[in-house]
Amino acid sequence: MSTHAKHLRGLTIATLVTLTAGLALTFFYAPIELNEGFVQKIFYVHVPLAIISLMGYVAGGVFGLMYLRTGKKVWDLRSYCAIHMSLIFSIGGLISGAIWAKAAWGHWWVWSEPTLVSYLIVVLLFCTYQPLRFSIEDPERQSTYAAVFAVVGGAFVPLNFIVVRLSVQYLHPRVLNLEGGQLPASMATAFYVMVAAIALLFVTLMKYEMLAKSTRMETRRLRRRVLGDDAVAPVSRSAAPV
Amino acid sequence: MAWAILRKDLTVELRTLETVPAMAIFTVATFVVFHFGLQRDQLQGQLAAGVLAVSLLFAAILGTNRLFVAEREQGGFDGFLLAPVDRSAMLLAKATALFLYMVVLEIVAVPAFAIFAAPPGLGGALGGIVLFLLLVDLAFALVGTLVSAIAVNTRARDLIGPIIGLPLQIPALIAFAIGIGKELAVFPHRGPGGVIRAFTYHHSPSGEWLLVLALYDVFNALLAYAVFDFLLEE
Amino acid sequence: MDDVISIRELVRNFGERAVLRGVSVSVPAGASLAVLGRNGAGKSTLLRILATLLRPHGGEVRLFDRTLPRDSWAVRGQIGLLSHEPLLYRELSGRENLIYHARLHGIDRARVEEVLAAVGMARRGDDPVRACSRGMVQRLAVARAVLHRPRLLLLDEPRSNLDPAAADLIEPLIGRGAGITRVLTSHDPEAALAEADLVLALQGGRAAYLGPPEGIDSATIRELYR
Repeated sequence: MSTHAKHLRGLTIATLVTLTAGLALTFFYAPIELNEGFVQKIFYVHVPLAIISLMGYVAGGVFGLMYLRTGKKVWDLRSYCAIHMSLIFSIGGLISGAIWAKAAWGHWWVWSEPTLVSYLIVVLLFCTYQPLRFSIEDPERQSTYAAVFAVVGGAFVPLNFIVVRLSVQYLHPRVLNLEGGQLPASMATAFYVMVAAIALLFVTLMKYEMLAKSTRMETRRLRRRVLGDDAVAPVSRSAAPV
Repeated sequence: MAWAILRKDLTVELRTLETVPAMAIFTVATFVVFHFGLQRDQLQGQLAAGVLAVSLLFAAILGTNRLFVAEREQGGFDGFLLAPVDRSAMLLAKATALFLYMVVLEIVAVPAFAIFAAPPGLGGALGGIVLFLLLVDLAFALVGTLVSAIAVNTRARDLIGPIIGLPLQIPALIAFAIGIGKELAVFPHRGPGGVIRAFTYHHSPSGEWLLVLALYDVFNALLAYAVFDFLLEE
Repeated sequence: MDDVISIRELVRNFGERAVLRGVSVSVPAGASLAVLGRNGAGKSTLLRILATLLRPHGGEVRLFDRTLPRDSWAVRGQIGLLSHEPLLYRELSGRENLIYHARLHGIDRARVEEVLAAVGMARRGDDPVRACSRGMVQRLAVARAVLHRPRLLLLDEPRSNLDPAAADLIEPLIGRGAGITRVLTSHDPEAALAEADLVLALQGGRAAYLGPPEGIDSATIRELYR
C-alpha cells in the first residue's frame, strides 16, 4: 500500500467524528453570543479555517525546503498539496470571515481587523502559486521554483502578520479580539474541537489528494515501463507535480 | 566578482537607457494619474505619503521586469554559471543595480512630487524621508531581484513578476507609507529651510517604522541569499 | 593518466521522460570524442551535464577525477563551452564581452587581446556584438570559450556560420591539433568522424555505438539520423 494510503481510513473516520462533534457542540452546546446573535457561530468555522490554512502555508514552505534539500519528488508533492489545500480552505476562511464581519460590524469587510487584512495579503500571494507552476514547462525547474516560492511565502506569513498588526494598531485601535483569548469554557470547548476537526479535515483531504496524484504518477510510470516510452503521451502543461 | 557583473549591467544600461528613463517617466505619469483619480490639487499628510509610496512601488515593479531578461535571452546565465564564481554574486550585483536605479529615479521623482502634489512639510521632513527612501529602496531591490529571478524563467514573465512581487512588497510599503506620513505630519509648517534642523530629529515617532523597514530588509537579505542559488542551478 | 571524462550509466530526465538512459563513456586526456545523433537524442543534454550546467539524475560522472555535481565547483574553471548560443551580450562590444568573462574567470587583460588577435577580431573588437555578422559572432564565441585556457573543450557545432578562412583561423584554438581533450557534436557526421578518436552514437538516450570512428559504417549513421 502506498505510503499515502496508510492511516487514511482511520483518519477519515476520525475526521468525520470530530467534525460532527464540533458542529454539534457549536450549534447546541455553545451559548448564543449576546451582541451578535446566532450568526456569531460562524466564528467557530472561520477562525479554525484561518488558523489551519495559515499553518498549511507554513507547512508548504517547510515541505518546499525539504524538497530543495533532498531533491526527492515526494516533498514537492507534499508542498503542492499543502498549499493547494490551504488555498481552498483560505477561500472558505475569507468567505466566512466576510459573513462574520457583516454580522458583527455591518460591513462585508473591515480594515480594522489586522488578522483579516494580513490574511487577505497572504491569500493574494498564494493565489499566484499555481499560475507560477503552470507557466514553467520544465518539470524539474517547476518543482524547484515552486519550492523556492513556498519557502519565501511560508516565511512571509508571520512577517506579514506582524507588520500589518503594527500598522492597524497605529491606524485603528483594536475593537474586538479575534482570537477569543478569554472565551468562557463552553465556547472554548466548541472552539478547540472545531480547530481539531478542521485540522483533521485538512490532513485527510491532503492525503487523499496526494494519494490520487501519486497513484496517477505511478500508473503512468508503469505504463511507460510496459508499453514503452512513446505509447504514453506526456502530460500536457500542468501545474501539479506529474 | 559581483562588481564585474554590476559594471557590465550599468554599462549596458547607460548605453541603452532602457530601464531608468522608463521608470522615471512612468512615475511622473503616475503622479498625474493620481491627480486626476483623486481630483486633488494638493496632497497632505498620509494621503501624500501614500501616493508617493504607491508610485515608487509601481516603478520598482516596472524595473524588475527587465532585470534578468538580458541574462536569459543572451545566454548570460550560462556564461555566469560556467565561471567559478559564487552564485550569490549575481544576486548582489542585480540587487545593487536595482537599488541604484531606484535612487536615480527618486532624484527625479521626489522633486516632481514636490511640484505636483506640493505636500506641506516636505522640505522639513526631507531628512527623514531620505532615510526612509534608502531603506525602502533596499527592500524593493532585494525582493524585486528575487521575484525577477523567479519570473524570468517562466512563460508569462511580465505578469508573474508583478503578481508575486506586489503582495511580498506590502509590508515594506506599509512601513514606508506610515513612516513618511508621520514625517510629513511632524513638520507641517516648515519650509525648505527646515531641512538642516530636520536631520537632527531622528527620534520622532516614525523611528519605529524605520526599524521595521530595516528589519524587513535584513530578513529579506538573508532569505534571498539562502534561496537564490536554487533559482540558478539546474 | 586517468581518463579526463569518466561517465557510467548516466541518466537525465525531463519530467517523466528519460533523455539519457544509462550512457557510459570514458575519454582519455587529449582525445576527441564525437557525439552523433538526431535532434533530441540527448547530445546537447550530455554536453550541458559535462559543462556542469545540468545535474545528472542517475549514474556517475567524473571530470578530472572529481565527481559531479558535488565537486562541480572545483572543475568549472577548466571547462570551455561553445554552445549554439554565443553567450555574448549584444549591447557590448566583443572586447567588452571578453573582458567581462575574463573578470569572471580571473584572467588578465593581456589574454583578452591575445585571443582577439587569434580569432582575427583584434581590429573589429570594439564593434557591438549586435552589429557583427554571424561569422564574427561565432569567432568571438570561440574566443570566449578558450579565454581561460580550459583543459576540456565542449563544442556544439563549432564550425557553424564560419567560412573556410575563419574555420582555419580557429582550428589551432579548438581543433585536434590543440591537444586539448574535446567533446564535439555536429550535424555533419562525416566531418565529426574525421576529427574524432572516439565516437559515441546516441539513439533514444542510449549508446547505439561506442568505439573508434573506423568501426561505424554509413548504414548505421543513416539509421541514427532517420
